[in-house]
Amino acid sequence: MQDEKVIMELQRRALQIRKHVIESVYRAGSGHPGGSLSVADVLACLYFHEMRIDPQRPDWPDRDRLVLSKGHAAPALYAALALAGFFPEEELKNLRKTGHFLQGHPCMRKVPGVDMSTGSLGQGLSVAIGMSLAGKLDNRDYRVFVILGDGEIDEGQVWEAAAAASHHHCSNLVAILDRNGLQIDGHTEEIMNLEPLKWRWRAFGWDVIAADGHDMGELLAALREARGTGKPTLIITYTIKGKDVSFMEGTLSFHGKPPSDEQYVKAMTELNQIEEELHD
Amino acid sequence: MIKAALTDKMRNLRDGYSSALIELGYQNDNVVVLDADLALSTKTKRFGTVFPKRFFDCGIAEANMMGVAAGLATCGKIAFASTFAVFATGRCYDQIRQSIAYPELDVKIVATHAGISVGGDGASHQMLEDMALMRVLPHMRVLAPADAIEVEDMIPAIAATAGPFYVRMGRADAPVIFDKHRDFQLGKSVLLRRGKDVTIVATGTMTAEALRAYELLEPDGIKARVVHMPTVKPLDGAAVRKAATETGCLVTCEEHSVIGGLGAAVAEAMGERPVPLLRIGINDVFGESGSARELMEKYGLTAAAIAEHARRAMKLRDGT
Repeated sequence: MQDEKVIMELQRRALQIRKHVIESVYRAGSGHPGGSLSVADVLACLYFHEMRIDPQRPDWPDRDRLVLSKGHAAPALYAALALAGFFPEEELKNLRKTGHFLQGHPCMRKVPGVDMSTGSLGQGLSVAIGMSLAGKLDNRDYRVFVILGDGEIDEGQVWEAAAAASHHHCSNLVAILDRNGLQIDGHTEEIMNLEPLKWRWRAFGWDVIAADGHDMGELLAALREARGTGKPTLIITYTIKGKDVSFMEGTLSFHGKPPSDEQYVKAMTELNQIEEELHD
Repeated sequence: MIKAALTDKMRNLRDGYSSALIELGYQNDNVVVLDADLALSTKTKRFGTVFPKRFFDCGIAEANMMGVAAGLATCGKIAFASTFAVFATGRCYDQIRQSIAYPELDVKIVATHAGISVGGDGASHQMLEDMALMRVLPHMRVLAPADAIEVEDMIPAIAATAGPFYVRMGRADAPVIFDKHRDFQLGKSVLLRRGKDVTIVATGTMTAEALRAYELLEPDGIKARVVHMPTVKPLDGAAVRKAATETGCLVTCEEHSVIGGLGAAVAEAMGERPVPLLRIGINDVFGESGSARELMEKYGLTAAAIAEHARRAMKLRDGT
């Protein structure tokens, strides 16, 4: 029963994140809704359940860290941080606006709660390894999470880092792969084949767990399992780009495009409807 | 004026680097060192032997090394990342830009084997544009020490100063020109000879050649001002403008492309009140294999070449 309540709460959080994504990208007139909507459930699980954080102390040395390596999902990260209390929710309206602090891609020097500046794909896993090693050096028990896009792992640096993480026994490191199957130019398997994903990562010395990236029960179970693998762990979360907005789901066109006026209204109507159903 | 003299004593700058790192390692537990399978050449291995837990050999994967260094720095570590200059800058420019300079992290990139004096390995390994690449990055500071003594002064100073640094050193042994240690002053030039006839601004181990050039000019009654510029960024623009005003002509010397390095920085600094400026460096070409000494001569990075340029700069100034 407890689990069910937790799951309900996380679903509610994920929906709030999605609404903020649509709202902020619409107001900004640019941004990446597709890949932000696909990671909303993962971010909800991390910030409202799994991670040890204190929004009052964003620089707390013992906090768990999150590196959003697919930095273009910034609207979803900002929503999660605001909802968790790192900064006021009203600020989300100022995404990408001149003179405001919410940059198009995460900037650790400007946004409380952002643990690393990202945006150029392929770099986050390396940074997460550095955080992991620092924790081990200092005998701190924090954990490090990193969210990778599936298209992102075309980058060679990801594989340098994959080798390094197991070599350095980064058991406090969990990478989450947002496997939505799409990158800007098309389906990931058409642009640059990624499979067999599990075996590639296992061959690099990682423990690999698979989960439905929109099923809170599966996500929580996967995150729980990742705590005790004793190895760097990859959770492949199978997701839908544009999740929960019908005309964005599974499409390429909303990778980096805001909704039009009508699309905005339609998207919010759909998300509100899902929210109402949740409360029933 | 700082005392500097040409002596027979030679020391490798990398030895100064590794000694300074070990000293720093004892003083500060937060100092960590990373290398990319060149730890014997860069001499960071000595730190790794003394402090194995704080030393990370990242293998031949420089991009990952820069990211790992950045991650360590976000957690309060002072990360020294070393490899050859060609790999430390060109190969991972984007990692340095995105993951180190933009978030202003405490990563100190200390590169060795910069310049044409790398010798036999040839153009692929002779990094001649590293200062140009690093100088254009916001937050990045660019340093080129003159000798091993100055390296030993510089390393603790940059460890104590927050934010990213790029330090370049060559491979070859270099004359020790400073007889004692001093407090390294970031962004300050070092006046070595007081002359008023022409100014020679040099960085890195070219400063020793500049001192030799002074001696070549002196018998002809030419008193050169010799300014050592260990900090190429932020440049001591005030010293450059003062020299321009007081001597009326300048020569810059660097073991680097004439584009984007010291000469360019000096030209930028005196743009508002220009005087004749001749830049000695590699003239927009790749290097080649050869002995360090022969290459330095072939590419005009010698005291004799500096002296000749100084005379030419004076003629330009005097219109003769």
